[in-house]
Amino acid sequence: MKVGAREYSLWTIAIALVLIFALVPVLWLLSISLKPASEVADGRIIPSTFSLENYKSLFEGGWSASPFLHPLVNSIAIALITTVIAIVLASFTAYAIARLEFPGKRIILAGALAIAMFPPISTVGPLFDMWRAFGIYDTYLGLIIPYLTFSLPLAVYVLVAFFREIPWDLEQAAQVDGATPWQAFRKVILPLAAPGVFTAAILVFIFCWNDFVYAISLTSSDNSRTVPAALAFFTGESTFTEPTGSIAAAAIVVTIPIIVFVLIFQRRIVSGLTAGAVKG
Amino acid sequence: MSSRTKSERKLAWLLCAPAVIVMLAVTAYPILYAFVLSLQKLDLRFPEQTEFIGLANYGTVLSAELWWLDVWNTVVIMVISVAIELVLGMLIALVMHRAIFGRGAVRTVVLIPYGIITVVAAFAWQFAFASETGFVDNLPLIADEKNWFGGHISSLAVIIMAEIWKTTPFMALLLLAGLVTIPDELYEAARVDGASAWQRFVKITLPLMKPAILVAVLFRTLEASRVFDSIFIMTRGAQNTESVSILGFNQLINRLNLGLGSAISVLIFVGVVLIAFVFIKGFGVKVEEGRPGG
Repeated sequence: MKVGAREYSLWTIAIALVLIFALVPVLWLLSISLKPASEVADGRIIPSTFSLENYKSLFEGGWSASPFLHPLVNSIAIALITTVIAIVLASFTAYAIARLEFPGKRIILAGALAIAMFPPISTVGPLFDMWRAFGIYDTYLGLIIPYLTFSLPLAVYVLVAFFREIPWDLEQAAQVDGATPWQAFRKVILPLAAPGVFTAAILVFIFCWNDFVYAISLTSSDNSRTVPAALAFFTGESTFTEPTGSIAAAAIVVTIPIIVFVLIFQRRIVSGLTAGAVKG
Repeated sequence: MSSRTKSERKLAWLLCAPAVIVMLAVTAYPILYAFVLSLQKLDLRFPEQTEFIGLANYGTVLSAELWWLDVWNTVVIMVISVAIELVLGMLIALVMHRAIFGRGAVRTVVLIPYGIITVVAAFAWQFAFASETGFVDNLPLIADEKNWFGGHISSLAVIIMAEIWKTTPFMALLLLAGLVTIPDELYEAARVDGASAWQRFVKITLPLMKPAILVAVLFRTLEASRVFDSIFIMTRGAQNTESVSILGFNQLINRLNLGLGSAISVLIFVGVVLIAFVFIKGFGVKVEEGRPGG
């Protein structure tokens, strides 16, 4: 089919609109983060002078005094630990659901779905009370536990969808050909399962990275406060300076890795988000 | 039952147990605990006054004007944002599916709002509209010096915009998943029969996508009913923009009133169950075809 000039320009406009829709708020943050304090309020979309002072202020004072380093490390550590544990637990469950016959399979899937619908705010009060009693209020563990709970349904669903596609017979075929069970698993099944596992890991990481409700309810200090919570409590360098510039810079610092991630793993993320969305 | 089936079941349960326990530990147990707390007069600032007061906290909440205002705000944000997201998400899904070039670029860029922290997105929109830092006031067709965060409607509008921006990509991807399952031959046949693009959309795309649309709308509605991050960052509930989640948070964490706050938590939980029930029974959403949102 020959593409007409009119159709071509219509698609150009549609694509341009989508790109503008997705990118403008990010560019705006970038612009503010690059403005010196005296020009933050000038309302210009492109800064008249570029300055890195906002970025410097984030890391000023090093590990002991920087307002941003502790939350950044907390965010990365908590999200990574949760991701590893969630993927291990979800892989067990997804393997059982995809491969084994047992009563209760449907209940587990339905239960996971119900938990995905569960309002986190409803658990904030009890957890606040329980965590203080257990002594895990304002610790990594105090955040990792609820993050596991709410990321497991997502991980289980993505992994079940991927595991169902794996031709498991290959494992037996490899064993018939003389491979040990471990070799069959490592050389045949693992490479086939890896993309799904990786996709689930990305989605779990993004979920933990994004959380705000638990992060402000179950933490009270730099011990475990993550970036979203720290941003909400950012203060200016003095009572008279608004922290706008530093917030924008911090926002860009935590957004760039995600954008790079998304650019590299676009296909994986799309397939993960749509896996099992609708039975084909 | 053969011993092989037996051992298979045992293995399956062993594999599932850890995840099931972790999932229940932070949902089933706390919601029961919240119910117990909600029956008490329990203010952590005055722990010595703790006593069992039955359903009195529910009476206090349900007769408070603030609760109903917040329910209304939550419903307004939920309905408007999901409705607009559905339309925008469908348009973006069609671009991702049908565009004659640039599909990869669109799929990639659309994921950026999805990956961005909600708090960061809220700041971006707040800065864009705030009268001190904003650029929106300088755009053509906008009244100069409009104080967006000075009024109820305009504050809600900015909050809804931020929500839409952040979550439309997810909606678009769920819809795209439904879109790709429709066989091309159907469109070809309709084209041969002289159906216009609009007719093809209404007569083929929409009916075949109904299950995908309902599942996407259900999950987004439930997620939107939790709206918290954007409001907390942009207004902290000023200009009467509080949602029920913000109200619950204020009672629980700021005022340390666990009794009253827990009653709000339980009511929110009941609300979510009701929404899910209406979708599943009323609209016949086949939840087993659904999946947890990201």
